[in-house]
Parts: sequence; structure tokens; C-alpha cells
Amino acid sequence: MIAGFAVFIAVSFLSDFLPGKNIGNIFYKYCLEIIVILPCVFILIGLFEVWIKRETVEKHLGKNSGFAGYMWAILLGGTTFGPMLIALPIARSLSAKGARLPVVFTYLGAAAACRIPMTIFEATNLGIAFTIIRYAVSIPLIILSSAILGRYLENKNYTIREVGQK
Amino acid sequence: MYLWIITGVVLIVSFIFNKDKTIQGLKKAWKQLYGIGSLLVLVLICVAIALNFINEDLITQTLSGGNRYIGFLSAVVIGSIAMMPGFIAFPLAGILRQNNVPFMVVSAFTTTLMMVGILTFPFEKKYLGFKVALIRNFICFTICIVVALVTGLIYREIF
Repeated sequence: MIAGFAVFIAVSFLSDFLPGKNIGNIFYKYCLEIIVILPCVFILIGLFEVWIKRETVEKHLGKNSGFAGYMWAILLGGTTFGPMLIALPIARSLSAKGARLPVVFTYLGAAAACRIPMTIFEATNLGIAFTIIRYAVSIPLIILSSAILGRYLENKNYTIREVGQK
Repeated sequence: MYLWIITGVVLIVSFIFNKDKTIQGLKKAWKQLYGIGSLLVLVLICVAIALNFINEDLITQTLSGGNRYIGFLSAVVIGSIAMMPGFIAFPLAGILRQNNVPFMVVSAFTTTLMMVGILTFPFEKKYLGFKVALIRNFICFTICIVVALVTGLIYREIF
């Protein structure tokens, strides 16, 4: 499929086929954006995994972290940059280090909804009231749903998969 | 760009403190990157094809048209499928507001855009498994609807 796509794009550019050229351009733009950050993200995750002690993660995000664990998750999520495909490996890594699942799912939710750069764009374009409403409604719901989903999955001994491990 | 600088500095510091650990960390990084590589390319291909059809003109036209409930539904569908960085999505949302699109519809669009990812689903599936990825997206979808409706209520656009 990848080869087919490459051929399609090449032919589009040669024959000046507009939709094909457009698709090629969008693909190129997104690739650049992601390829620039992805290696860094994975290197940082790799270093995080060898340096940070399991006890540290467990203490703040683990079984006895209580409500503070959720707050950390929101904060971490808010400072995560980039799309979902960056939050997922980070979530997996946190989970592997002993963060409990409700906290991990809260992190994923916050990484989608509360990213700080995005929030600034939102508030400047749509008004601060709009942002406040969205936060006030979505954060409690994210925590609540993550708590329920996380506990349910914990009882089923669910773990987030390590990608790349056969 | 400064992400590269930060990563570089962290890497050097880590290397000075412990060479073996750093190499171990890099191996982990490579393994994960390698594990998602081909899927990533496939997802990006799908994103490019989808965004070719769901472009800014289409979004503005669809959401600006007459009935707010139809607008709401279209916003939810488009937002769930599309994927856009914030610096494109929110200026677009601002344009929608200038076209008198209700806050409720704009909210439905931007929140689903952020929280629901149909195009990135294969990716999520790889980490979370099919079932959990589906549940997670469904939960987020529900949260988006609630957020949009509350926004509509507060701005007095419904009832």
C-alpha cells in the first residue's frame, strides 16, 4: 500500500493531477511535523525508562497516590505537546512504571483536551469564557470516566501493550 | 527545534553519568520507534487523503449553513474524523464564529477534533487494544457532546 501511494503521488505530480498533488503536500507537511518530534520523544521516553525509579512513579501516580495522582495526570497531559500518537507511548511507559490505570487514562484524556498551547489558541480565537466552560465540564468528566474505566480494567488485569516487542 | 536541543542536552548528561544505561535507553527508544514506523506511515497516508476532502472550505460551508442542529451533527462527524494542529483549527473556529456559527456548533467541532480520533484509531488500537481504544473514544465522544450542549445552554443557543 505504501508503494502504491508513492507511485500515485509521483504520477500525480508528473501529470499535474491536482487532488493527488494536494494529498502529497499534506502528507509531506504532516510527515515533517511528526518526524521532527518523534525520535526525540522516543529517546526521552527511553531515558525516562532507564533513569526514573519505579518507586518515584508509584508514589505520585500509583496505587496510593489518591487525588493528587489525578492532578499530576492533568498537569502532565497539559504539558504534553503534539498529537495522540505521542501521548500513547508516554502513557504506556507511565503504566509500565507503576502508574495506576485511572491515572493513566486521565493523562490520555488531558493530553487530548487540556494541552496548554492549544488552550491559548482557543482562548484567543473563541474567548476565555468558552475555554473555561470547556475545562469546567470536561475535566471532571475525564477524571470520573477514567476512574471507572481504569478500575474496571485493573480488575481484569489489563495492561497497555509494549509496541515493538514480539 | 528546541526539542532537539533539550533531547541532545539530556542525552549528553545521561551519557556522562552512565554510558550503559544511556545505550540501554536508546535501544528501547529505537525498538519502539521501529515498532510503530510502518503503521505511522499508513496512518499519515490516510490522514492526507481524508484531509484532502475535508478541507477548510468544506468545513466552513457545511457548518455555516442554516440549521444549527444539522450544523451540530456535521460538526461532530467532521471533528471526529479530521485531525488538525491547534494553530490551524482555532483560527478556523474563529472564522466560523465570524460567520455566525453558534458557539455550540463550534464547540462540538473543536472538542471532537481534540478528543476523538477516528483516523488515529489504528494507532490507539496498537497500544490499548481494539476494545479499550473503542471504549475510550466513545467516552471522549460523549464528553464532547456534553461539553457542546452545556456551551449551547450557557450561551443561550438552545431552549
